[in-house]
Amino acid sequence: MSAINVHHWRNQRISAVVLIPLALWFVISMFVHLGDSRAQIAAWLSRPVEGLLMAALVLCVLYHMVLGVRVVIEDYVADDGRRARTITAVTVAGFALAIVALAALAAIGFGG
Amino acid sequence: MTPVERPLSPHLQIYKWQLTSVLSITHRVTGLALSFGTVFLVWFLAAAAWSDGAFALAQGFWSSWLGEICLLGWSVSLFYHLLNGIRHLAWDIGLGFELKTVYRTGWAVVIGSLLLTLAAWIVGLHLRGQL
Repeated sequence: MSAINVHHWRNQRISAVVLIPLALWFVISMFVHLGDSRAQIAAWLSRPVEGLLMAALVLCVLYHMVLGVRVVIEDYVADDGRRARTITAVTVAGFALAIVALAALAAIGFGG
Repeated sequence: MTPVERPLSPHLQIYKWQLTSVLSITHRVTGLALSFGTVFLVWFLAAAAWSDGAFALAQGFWSSWLGEICLLGWSVSLFYHLLNGIRHLAWDIGLGFELKTVYRTGWAVVIGSLLLTLAAWIVGLHLRGQL
């Protein structure tokens, strides 16, 4: 157990706690915006608080996801090289998804 | 010298199914399902930013039977992972380690996530005018 593992373990819990209220907000929002048109979704997410909450949700989920999937890979991929490559692939995918989501939210927020 | 006859650790299949181990593996499975769902959430955000055509394509997926099955899976996964995650956080601060409590909270998570999923779908279908 190295320092980085302790760091990951703690951050996994911190992101979990932050995600409790964000997940509840997300579920309620999905009901409120069920069947919305693109214009209605854009109007919703271009409001500053809602846009920031969605950005926070996506970033926390992706961070929590990369840490969680990493543990699963560490447990089930026996080969050292394959394990390292799979973890890298998941981490890169997490960053790529974060960039796409933030770019989308910025485009909605500033594009009108 | 002949190798020492060491006892082998029993293989996973030999163990009796227990609520505790089933819930533990379910936490991982639902976490992986939600990871997959996150890709679709990002797709939805990108589609909303991109164009009417891209948004219509995403909406077409949600309203297809495959999309509905995915939504059902993601909703039950989210409620389960949320409730069982709270159970894990309680353990992390040293609460609920009594075996009786572990089983009681375990069943509460199972029943709670099923009830929340049922409630969510009743509300959702009602809002959509299908119920």
